[in-house]
Amino acid sequence: MSEKPKNEILHDHNGDGIDRRGFLECMAWAGTGVLCVMQGGVLKSFSMSRIGKVDAKKMAGELSFVQISDSHMGFNKPANPDVAGTLKAAVDKINGLVTPPEFMLHSGDISHLSKPEEFDNVDQILRGASAKQVFYVPGEHDVLNDDGKQYLERYGKGSKGAGWYSFDNKGVHFMGLVNVLNLKAGGLGTLGHEQLEWMEDDVKHLKSSTPIVVFAHIPLWSVYPEWGWGTEDSAQALAYLKKFGSVTVLNGHIHQTMQKVEGNVTFHTAMSTAFPQPAPGKADSPGPMKVPAEQLKSVLGITEVNHVQGQHALAVVDAPLG
Amino acid sequence: MMKGRSVWIAGLAAAMIAMVLLSAGSPNGAANAQQAAPATVEVKIDNFSFGPATATVAVGTTVTWTNRDDIPHTVVSTDDPKAFKSKVLDTDEKFSYTFAKPGTYPYFCSVHPKMTGTVVVK
Repeated sequence: MSEKPKNEILHDHNGDGIDRRGFLECMAWAGTGVLCVMQGGVLKSFSMSRIGKVDAKKMAGELSFVQISDSHMGFNKPANPDVAGTLKAAVDKINGLVTPPEFMLHSGDISHLSKPEEFDNVDQILRGASAKQVFYVPGEHDVLNDDGKQYLERYGKGSKGAGWYSFDNKGVHFMGLVNVLNLKAGGLGTLGHEQLEWMEDDVKHLKSSTPIVVFAHIPLWSVYPEWGWGTEDSAQALAYLKKFGSVTVLNGHIHQTMQKVEGNVTFHTAMSTAFPQPAPGKADSPGPMKVPAEQLKSVLGITEVNHVQGQHALAVVDAPLG
Repeated sequence: MMKGRSVWIAGLAAAMIAMVLLSAGSPNGAANAQQAAPATVEVKIDNFSFGPATATVAVGTTVTWTNRDDIPHTVVSTDDPKAFKSKVLDTDEKFSYTFAKPGTYPYFCSVHPKMTGTVVVK
């Protein structure tokens, strides 16, 4: 794919220098490996295959991080008999990025059966990544049998309640949420009253120009409720974030990329590093989807996120493993 | 000899009559209390669903859930307090529970809460 010409701002409805249509158009290419970077209010796109030839400074955002998700360490069925191998391939991909990420977010389902050796294995593999710091949120596979006690012991330092927390990095406010506990029969993901109260309080004093990144395992928008792909009380959470000019929601759980832009909020789900799942309604159930072995790496991947200070929207790019 | 054989036939007839009376008298015609071993009913977990979704069983029946799916599931009562709660079941793992009291027992998979089922105990 050749480098696109400069995309001038065509529609600046929000007065924030972002051409949403251009942004969406660029992000539509994201699945095929295009980096979209906001520089000086203008959206520039770079083909991943040409990245080596482009001046890194032209592309460098101020903050760059990577999201990985659904490593399911311990899974060993036909859809992928070697999830450790594909996680290692994801680490190699991360280490090969032109802009080294400052840290990683893992949006959950670290393990497959909440076994200690599965968590240990992931820790060990991720230690090989250039970005040493990893921020986690649990998936439903990480809190089996003990209501998340082991997860909290391993990853919950400094967190509240079932493991939610926030931190700031280069002017961006990050919020890690837990929506995989106390699930009710017939229901979806749930944040719960205590966590919602914490959210309201956490963002109360932030300036509306602060870019917000929220990450949680189950999608915070209604992707496909029939398969449990949604969160019951996410509307309340998003209401607390309404004042912000830029909100990016990063989720996992569905093992495929999906995207939605609603006002100032961009929702994005990541591929898994373990196995793909069918598109909504395209199979009887949302279980592991087998693909020909040579195609497996093309449906697994990582997500790279860049933020240029002063610009609102974050550039979110999905990169398949192969 | 005719006499012995008559006694034998009469004895057999009496036994058969007694059995018929006993069967007619028991509340569940299929399970003769004198002969039945504890019944087991199988529920298969596959494709993110419980099959059968509703299992109707007799008091004292043991229900065994077997996970035939390629993803782990659990079997958790939705009553409060929970009547039963399995550990996580990987593929081919089982969980059993014996229903000693009549009633309706709704349950779900706590990992995939859209999966629900019921055991009706009569």
